[in-house]
Parts: sequence; structure tokens; C-alpha cells
Amino acid sequence: MKLITAVIKPHKLDEVKAALEAFGVQGMTVSEASGYGRQRGHTEVYRGAEYTVDLVPKVRLEVLVDDPDVADVVDVIVKSSQTGRIGDGKVWTTPVEDVIRVRTGEHGADAL
Amino acid sequence: MDTGDTAWVLASAALVLLMTPGLAFFYGGMVRTKSVLNMMMMSFSSLAIITVLWVLYGYSEAFGDDVGGGLVGDPSQFFGLKDIIGIGRGDDNLGVATHLVFTIPALAFVAFQLVFAIITVALISGAIADRAKFSTWCVFTVIWATLVYFPVAHWVFAFDGATAGEDSLGGWIANRLKAIDFAGGTAVHINAGAAGLALALIIGKRIGFNKEPMRPHNLTLVMLGAGLLWFGWFGFNAGSALGANGIAAVAWVNTVTATAAASLGWLATEKLRDGHPTSLGAASGVVAGLVAITPACSSVTPVGAIILGFLAGIICALAVGLKYTFGYDDSLDVVGVHLVGGLFGTIAIGFLASADAPAGVDGLFFGGGVDQLWRQCVGAFAVLAYSFIVTYIIGFALHKTIGFRISEEDEIEGIDYAEHAESAYDLIGGSGSGTFRPTTSVKTDAEVPA
Repeated sequence: MKLITAVIKPHKLDEVKAALEAFGVQGMTVSEASGYGRQRGHTEVYRGAEYTVDLVPKVRLEVLVDDPDVADVVDVIVKSSQTGRIGDGKVWTTPVEDVIRVRTGEHGADAL
Repeated sequence: MDTGDTAWVLASAALVLLMTPGLAFFYGGMVRTKSVLNMMMMSFSSLAIITVLWVLYGYSEAFGDDVGGGLVGDPSQFFGLKDIIGIGRGDDNLGVATHLVFTIPALAFVAFQLVFAIITVALISGAIADRAKFSTWCVFTVIWATLVYFPVAHWVFAFDGATAGEDSLGGWIANRLKAIDFAGGTAVHINAGAAGLALALIIGKRIGFNKEPMRPHNLTLVMLGAGLLWFGWFGFNAGSALGANGIAAVAWVNTVTATAAASLGWLATEKLRDGHPTSLGAASGVVAGLVAITPACSSVTPVGAIILGFLAGIICALAVGLKYTFGYDDSLDVVGVHLVGGLFGTIAIGFLASADAPAGVDGLFFGGGVDQLWRQCVGAFAVLAYSFIVTYIIGFALHKTIGFRISEEDEIEGIDYAEHAESAYDLIGGSGSGTFRPTTSVKTDAEVPA
């Protein structure tokens, strides 16, 4: 099992969610995040004073996936969140030892 | 007594009262999340404190008979206002005030001038956002109103024979110098702006000034505040005619015109300099225009108001950058908007006044020579110097004794929690994981009245 984490542009969330649902992903966790990558932040001007805003708003999306599906799900996320412009974000995977469904106590792939 | 005039002045007083909560929104939106309540409380404390002072001795100090030189009124003459609240009780004069100021009851004038005093004090607070001890601010407002605002209001607003009996003398700027200040460019805006500068210098910069971003936390509040200020300002300017008449109508039209032009001037400056016209710029331009037209709304034509407003918008948009050049932290630009805008509006009368307007005076550009110009300059700089020097002394004394600034730790943590034990927003939502302890005992078996 793998945990797929994607940090994406907030306005892309609905598209990614729809694409994942169409693929058959059963659930996900979404949180508001802020950060920057190679694009750095942006500048804002208030009464003539310029502020560099380093941390720009992002959405962090987490999905638990069984090993055979990982490559496909990553592909779905990347395709549906891509704008081709700077600041599109990152997707990464991390190995997960076990998953337990709290309600029933099921383990592993059964708990997904 | 004229009932139409009275109705207009009482309504205007209510409009001007609303400006102070409006200012609280305007300022509150510009500070960071952690200090919005303290910012708004500095305005609300002014409403509370100045009203009580005004009734007791403030009105009398401003509008009592002159004690000498046109400098200050007699604070005991109308102490507690009880001698001027009389009304007729006969069949033919029932309810008619026995003490009049021009055509309105003295108490309508008391109400109208009170709300000017409140907002002048509240305006200062923008210079010391995020870091002033609330208790010291309250003490400061009492002393400042007594030593600075009430005397200066006497200089500018107390006319000979108007408020303290037919033979009474008023203030020196209004009666001897004869500078034109229709609604308070000197007494309100230059006065508050100079005081703000003095306090900003004494209290010092916010931690992180010019290093960390201190973005306005809620620009919609700023826009709302600017709207309320604009609305209330019609009472401020048109109400200063003290009558429901043609002067009030001219003042009203000049006020809206200059304000619109100033907002354009500010936005044009931003577009050319920074590339984007901002919402904060639009709101700031509105206030700059209102400030600049305040002294001039009876003495320029509507086209003069466009010129005056547009220039005020440009000048103030440039002036708010002065604090970075000179390194003082006038946090919300009381100097850039109120001092500079007030100076510009007051002095511009000397150039742009037209005898076609109600004041009936020609400025330099209309063939009137420099006669009015030097009067305007003397009035403006006298108030500037007096306010700056006396405020500096008051602020310095308070800073060295009871302290004017909160601790570094409290400032970083946020003044709202440190000074008021509150937070403005529950941003995480449902922050209910603490414990609730009622401060008074809750009766669980209280008897229900029949």
C-alpha cells in the first residue's frame, strides 16, 4: 500500500476529485496548505509598499492506494491537476505498513 | 429658533457620530488579525471618554467666553451644561430652547460639536496601531482632549458672540486671523495628524516594521469603513452650515465631488506607479478627499472641488510613503492622509477659493491676491505646531511614567489577547476543547416568576 500525497493549485481540486472518483478511488483527505516551490511567492502592493508573499495557498490531497493502482492514480492526479504553468505543485508516494478501518477493525487492502 | 435648522443639525450630529465606528472598521481592517479589536477599541473608548468630558467641562472649555487672547474658553461657564438646557413652558413657546446658537438650540450645537471631538481623538489611534497600552491610551485621550482639542476647537469653531452671550469673544483663528476652516481641516485633521506623528515618534516602530509584511487583514472591512465615513461626512461638512440652507447644499455637493475626484487621483497614481489600482487605494483616496475638502467645502466652486480633490488624492498617495523614507512608523498613515490632506485642503483655499461660493472670498488664482493665502498658512501651521509640541510632551511624560507600550512578548503574541483577553476571529472553528468557567454563579434551581 502507498500513501499518495499531492500538493496542487486550489482551483484544480474539483477536477482532480472528479477524475479520482471516475477512476474508482473511494476516499481522500483534503487540507488547506501554503507553501512555495521554485516559483517562489508573489508580490502585493499596499499603499505603495511592496510585500513579497512567500507562502501561496495550496491544497494538500492525500489518498491511500493499493500497490497495483499506484501508478495509475498518480497519473490521474498529475493529468487532472496540470495547467502547464509554474506553481502546479508536486505529487509523491510513501510506503504504508498497514491501514485499519476504525469501525470494523479490518486491516490492509480490505480497509481501503 | 428654526425647527428646520435644528432638525438638520441634530441629524448631522448623528451622522458624524457614525463616523467613529466607521473609522474603527477602516482602521480595524488595515491591521493584522491579532490586533483588530484593540484598534477598534481605541475608537470606541474615545466615544465613551470624550462624551463624558464634553458634558462636564469640554464644551465650556471650547465654547465658553474667551479667557484671553482667543486661546481658550471658560471651562466653568457651562460646566455640566445645566444652565443651557432650558426650554419654554408657556402655550406659545412650549419646547422652544431658551439658549440658542444662531438659530438652533445650544444643546443641538453641543451635540454636533461633541461628535467632532470624539472622532478627532479616535483619528490619532491609527498612528500607534498594534502596540499601545490601552490604559495609557485612555489616560492620554483625557489629557489630550483637555490640553489640545478643546482649546484648538475654541480657536477655530468659537465665533464672537455666538455661544457665550452677545458680547462674548471667541477663538483667534476664527475671529482675529479670519482663516477659513469651514468644518475642521485644522482643528480636526491637522490636529490629529500632528498628534499622531508625535505619538508614533515617542512610542517607536512596531516590531518587524519595514521587515515583515504587515498586510491589511481584511480589506472588505476597510471598504465598509470608508463608506460609513463618507456617509457620515455629509453631516460633518454640510452640517457645519448649522442650518438647512443653501450653504449646506453647496458643502454637500463639494464634499461628494472632491471625494470622488480624490479617489480617482489616488487610483491613477497607483496605476502609473505600481501597475495596479487597489481597493485600499480607492478607500484611502475617498478619505483623503474628504479630509481635503473639509476646510474648503464652503469656499470653492464644484469645479474647484474636482481640482482640489484630484490633487489631494495624488499628494496623499505619495505622502504615505514618507514614513519609509524618514523611518517613523505611522502605522495606518494618519500623517500621510490627515496631516498632509488637512494641510493641503486648508492652504489650497488660499489659491482656489472663489467669491462665487458661499464664503465669498477670492483666492490667489481668482484675483484675490495672497491675503487669504497667508491667513490659511498661519492657521494651519499654528495648529500643527501647537498640537505636535503639546502632544509630544504629554506622550513623553506618559511613556516615561506609566509606559505607553506593551511588552515585546505581548506585541508578538497579539495585543488583542494581551490587553483585552479576546480574539476577533475563531478561525479554526469550534475551539471548544477548553473548559468553561462562569464568572458568576449560575443558579440551577432559580425560582421562575409567576
